[in-house]
Amino acid sequence: MEKRVTFGSWTIGILFAVPQLLLIFTFFYWPAGQAVYWSLTLQQPWGGGNIWVGLDNFRSILANADYWNSITASLVFAGISAGLAMFVGLVLAALTDRQLTGSRFYRVVLIWPYGIAAPALAMAFRFILAPEAGFMAVVNQVWPGFWDPGLDGTDAMASIIIAFSWKYVGYNFIFFLAAFQAIPRSLIEAAAMDGSGVVRRFWDIQFPLITPTIFFLLVINITESFQDSFGIVDIMTSGGPANATNLMVYKIYSDGFKGLDYSGAAAQSIILMVLIVVLTIFQFRFIERRVHYR
Amino acid sequence: MTIIKRGLAALAAGALSAVLAVPAVAEPVKFDFWFGLSGDLARVVDTLCKNFNASQADYEVVCTSQGNYDATLQNTIAAFRAGKQPAVVQVYDVGTATMMLSGAYKPADKLMEENGYKIDYADYFPGIARYYATSQGEMLSFPFNSSTALMYWNKDAFAKIGKTEAPKTWEDVGADLQAMKDAGYECPMAINISANESWQLMEQFSALHNQPIATKNNGYDGLDARLEVNKTKFVQYVTDLKKWYDAGLIKIKSKDLGQDMVQAFASGTCQVIMTSVGDHGTVGKTRKEGMNWDVAELPVYAGTERKNSLVGGASLWVLSGKSDAEYKGAAAFLNFIHDPKTALFWSTNTGYIPVTKSGFDYMKSTGFYDKAPYKGREVAIASLTASEPTEVTRGIRLGNFTQIRAEFGTQMQAIFANKVSVQEGLDTLVKNGDAILDRFQQTYPGKTLP
Repeated sequence: MEKRVTFGSWTIGILFAVPQLLLIFTFFYWPAGQAVYWSLTLQQPWGGGNIWVGLDNFRSILANADYWNSITASLVFAGISAGLAMFVGLVLAALTDRQLTGSRFYRVVLIWPYGIAAPALAMAFRFILAPEAGFMAVVNQVWPGFWDPGLDGTDAMASIIIAFSWKYVGYNFIFFLAAFQAIPRSLIEAAAMDGSGVVRRFWDIQFPLITPTIFFLLVINITESFQDSFGIVDIMTSGGPANATNLMVYKIYSDGFKGLDYSGAAAQSIILMVLIVVLTIFQFRFIERRVHYR
Repeated sequence: MTIIKRGLAALAAGALSAVLAVPAVAEPVKFDFWFGLSGDLARVVDTLCKNFNASQADYEVVCTSQGNYDATLQNTIAAFRAGKQPAVVQVYDVGTATMMLSGAYKPADKLMEENGYKIDYADYFPGIARYYATSQGEMLSFPFNSSTALMYWNKDAFAKIGKTEAPKTWEDVGADLQAMKDAGYECPMAINISANESWQLMEQFSALHNQPIATKNNGYDGLDARLEVNKTKFVQYVTDLKKWYDAGLIKIKSKDLGQDMVQAFASGTCQVIMTSVGDHGTVGKTRKEGMNWDVAELPVYAGTERKNSLVGGASLWVLSGKSDAEYKGAAAFLNFIHDPKTALFWSTNTGYIPVTKSGFDYMKSTGFYDKAPYKGREVAIASLTASEPTEVTRGIRLGNFTQIRAEFGTQMQAIFANKVSVQEGLDTLVKNGDAILDRFQQTYPGKTLP
């Protein structure tokens, strides 16, 4: 029999929930509802009026090749950067967890990147990856024309992926390390006494036990790569060259704020929201099956 | 107890009357001015505001920088929708069509008339005034910071190939760049191909050659204007630029790559650039020690009858929904800016050009253009006034032009990365640009440009 704590009366429960509900309504449901309304109309930017156009905004966006290009770019960005950031974070956390020399130092230092705001970080990487002035200038000297994010879309995509992953390695690291440390030492010690090596222990004991964390981070990384990439794209590439890094969230910004096309931007943000919801549902339905909670 | 209460009441009454007494000493009427310049330029605007506030006691302008032109327009729109708009706002050149249809402004000429200021509109350089005026010639906003594009050339490099003058035609430019390359210069000319360079590469080129950018006289005659840069002389120009780029005569320089055009020129790395006269001061201050350089009008193709170049920059709009007192202040402020002495202050400190003939004459009379750091800037006036503006060199009146510029950057990058041919790229530019114009037209059904 499970023990449950319940409130005797409904009113008290609701009263406790009201401040939270109010916040969620004001800062989420109300603007989201407004965005849905805007996406079904053509808004004059200065507020002079609007026309009901039904699903026309969605139709014109979905018929636009640039938009599909933007979706592809976002998915590529999400997949590679989430994979990279999680892989590196996982390896670093596993090594730190082994209490090798200096692991206390690494534990502190590796968290820092997450504390840096995306635009500041992008500024730093813009300099590091600049083909004529930064670190990559040296590489370009050896292989001329190797690195050219100004004209080569793949290079530009690579640079924003590197910058984004670098930031999220720190975030993933904290969670992975916490998960590793939650594994009872006795399990690992027992395996070690049975003669299994470091890699064997990782695959057979640690990895299965941290799958809930991996799953959680996968959801967060994918979601954040759709949303938190804005600052990096804005500073490093402005969506170029030739739209190669025009991620969905950046396109919403440039169409809405620079182009004053509020309705088109609202429709795009609805599509982005639906896409993230669908991706998350997909992850919960198909990937969570392989996760073992204790 | 009662004594204390009475004492407190007396004290409160005294404090209250003290507070009330202050505004009685003719508090100046405050009004807001939002602008989009930052850094050095913002400091100059602040000084300008201080000078205005010190010049009279009735009004006080509160000047706030919004960072850049885009943000200024966005923030103004947000403020307007919330009913908290500034009285005066600086809007960039390409935002003119959006402003005209907003219904959110008070026409500048009416404002000045109502408040008893006489402005001689014929005094404005026609190339500047027509950019901001309605098709009937009324001034809805006041030209403020203005510039035009010039060619900056390195005299030392040209001397090495035996030239003492800047090339006047693109044919000569091609030959000179080749000669410089042969003389061992790594980067004869620098360009950039982002959205911002639409101004010097597409817009100025089209005006100088009297080529339209869009139908309906570049949009002045209706919202149903559509782009046509894929069938003008501009196609040949892009083809040549691409050819020179492939031959190593032109290098792309941008901040993202490590060094922008102006830095590349000032450091002596690149020998020719095309940029705003507003960079004249920067080049003068940051040039490599001992480097000889000058500015010239942008070249044209041989056999072209040169027309006026386009003005770039921003104008000052007065927004609707403010009080009469604030409008009085705004009018006084605009009148202050219109004064030739302010023009001299402004141009000396920024590099922008005077917008009126009287301002220009006044500056000439003070010997401004004879002195070393400012010498050469008169070329900008010569370029702007090269001819009476024609139907297509008046300016560009297209909705959401910021997005069309972005599309220009995108397609130029695709062309220079060999993803598409020149013609394909420009065709896509026109197609996508037309979709933007189409959308703008749908957003304002039944409305026409004034």
